[in-house]
Amino acid sequence: MTIEITASNVYDLAPADLVQDDRVAGRMYTDPEIFELEMTRIFEHTWIWVAHESELPNPGSFKSTYVGRQPVIVSRDRKGAIHTLVNRCRHRGASLCEKRTGEANGFTCPYHAWSYSLDGKLRGIPYPEGYEGVIDKSELSLKRLRTESYGGMVFATLDEDIEPLEEFLGDVKLWIDRFMKQGGGYPIKVLGTHQFTFGGNWKIQLENTTDGYHFPIVHRSWMASVDAETADMMSFMTDPEAVTHDLGNGHSVAQMVPEHSDLDADDGTEKLQDRFDELIADLRAANLSDSAIRKVVLAMHGTGFNLNLFPNVSMSAAFFRVLRPISVDRTVIEHVAIGPDGPDEVVGPVNRARLRVHEHFQGPFGFGTPDDAEGWDRVQRGAQGAPEMPILVNRGAAREKPSPEGWTTSHVTDETGMRAAYAQWKQMMSDD
Amino acid sequence: MTETLTHTAAPSLTDPRVLRGIELAWREADLLDRKEYEAWNALYAEDGHYVIPIDPDTTDFDNTLNMVYDDARMRGMRVTRMTEGYAIAAVDSATTARTVSRFLPVEVSDAEVVLRASQVLVAYKRGRHDLWAGDVEYRIRLGATAAEDLIVRKVVRLVDSEAAVPAAGFLL
Ligand code: FES
Ligand SMILES: [Fe+2]
Repeated sequence: MTIEITASNVYDLAPADLVQDDRVAGRMYTDPEIFELEMTRIFEHTWIWVAHESELPNPGSFKSTYVGRQPVIVSRDRKGAIHTLVNRCRHRGASLCEKRTGEANGFTCPYHAWSYSLDGKLRGIPYPEGYEGVIDKSELSLKRLRTESYGGMVFATLDEDIEPLEEFLGDVKLWIDRFMKQGGGYPIKVLGTHQFTFGGNWKIQLENTTDGYHFPIVHRSWMASVDAETADMMSFMTDPEAVTHDLGNGHSVAQMVPEHSDLDADDGTEKLQDRFDELIADLRAANLSDSAIRKVVLAMHGTGFNLNLFPNVSMSAAFFRVLRPISVDRTVIEHVAIGPDGPDEVVGPVNRARLRVHEHFQGPFGFGTPDDAEGWDRVQRGAQGAPEMPILVNRGAAREKPSPEGWTTSHVTDETGMRAAYAQWKQMMSDD
Repeated sequence: MTETLTHTAAPSLTDPRVLRGIELAWREADLLDRKEYEAWNALYAEDGHYVIPIDPDTTDFDNTLNMVYDDARMRGMRVTRMTEGYAIAAVDSATTARTVSRFLPVEVSDAEVVLRASQVLVAYKRGRHDLWAGDVEYRIRLGATAAEDLIVRKVVRLVDSEAAVPAAGFLL
């Protein structure tokens, strides 16, 4: 039964009751208690994206990041296995690693110099006499999270009992495979990361990665600055082929440029964009064949979709968008630039061009991101008013149909992906 | 002896060429606080670059991800973006007040002045003050008169360039 949300009951309802099929309560963006519950019920009980494998290229490579609010180190050990370790010393709790990325033989605590190996085992304790008969080193490894990967995407979870990653991803796997084709025959590597904050709840960003509707409005400034071919490519508002699928478990895929959804399905008719003429000349000079050049250049804008994984990462056209909740009204976003990994004479020019495309839209001074952030700030501010009034996520609710694969599908400007994410939220936040 | 006069090893702040550089840096700062972006862009040489890197040490901006890496073409588009009224972040941007100081002449010749400075900027928007601090390097090409001096390169290295900064509707 759906309970009607009113001014007098909105603060009494259980969190799960705040999500209805086509609307959610504004309180979900503003209530610190709901935020606390989300950090445990969601972020400690599902698969959280922590790294791309290319960020850990060698034995000893590490990256520090977060799972929800818990600081973690993602490391690659001598045998090549990837571990996710809570970044907290077993002695009296100091953080072990404050570098974002790097190479190390292990982690030594700065406080009393307990040292840990790359897989989190406690290796050394200075002046160990005081611990004789007191502790057993083998019981004082760093807290280790379950860590699993698919297609180079590394996820970790604090929950020992949830389903394996591949089961959680389900039909998403096919789309991850497609996404990775933008290497144009080469594997994908991380090229750099923009980080910025906005003054709003994390779910505002979760919605945005599947919000085709805002694009021509919020990104009018970016659209006006790009060449006609790129602007035309992003003109999906009335393209009936541009659709969003609900892929289950809160995941969805929004196909803005459906002709680029599978970059291998190239019939040779699409003209390469003029803006890449110089790049094409560079690649010819590097003796790359015409067909190899075509593959790489067609993928310059990434794949034609945003693949939105619940709850913290979107594989968004040509980059990863990662969200990190800080508090009920503050969120950090990372925009991770990616490109092919191969011989420098080929990937050098490609990745320089990809970096410039990325900088043009993304990051704190891009032509797109600051406008998104302004929109999200405004949602947070506006949502303080009339808390009983729902946030509407009903666009396209009457034109959803199952795709041949069985995915609930509607136009890419519809809010099908948001409804998918909120259904998962509701399930994870319910008391039973 | 003219050699040592035109290319001093330890240039002084009172060198008139250095003063011209400082004046230009301050003129630029004023234009940016007043959001006079057309006039701001006119201070840059056609081959000039305006850069806000992420990597605190890099000088290879081509091969790294930057927050801003603008040549004349990108700068021109940026001015359009900031002024044409489509960009909601620029329309409702923070009010800024910046101080550029601690100037240090790095290289001085009759053709070019390179200065290092620090910049502290406070951006105010909707009840919140954000602090943007960093080092700035200016490479200034001296013209026949001070009015013809142009910025060839400005690199803003934020103290927190590798951390999360707010998304901005103004320029540093
Ligand atoms: S807190 Fe780490 S060694 Fe003491
Ligand atoms: Fe957007």
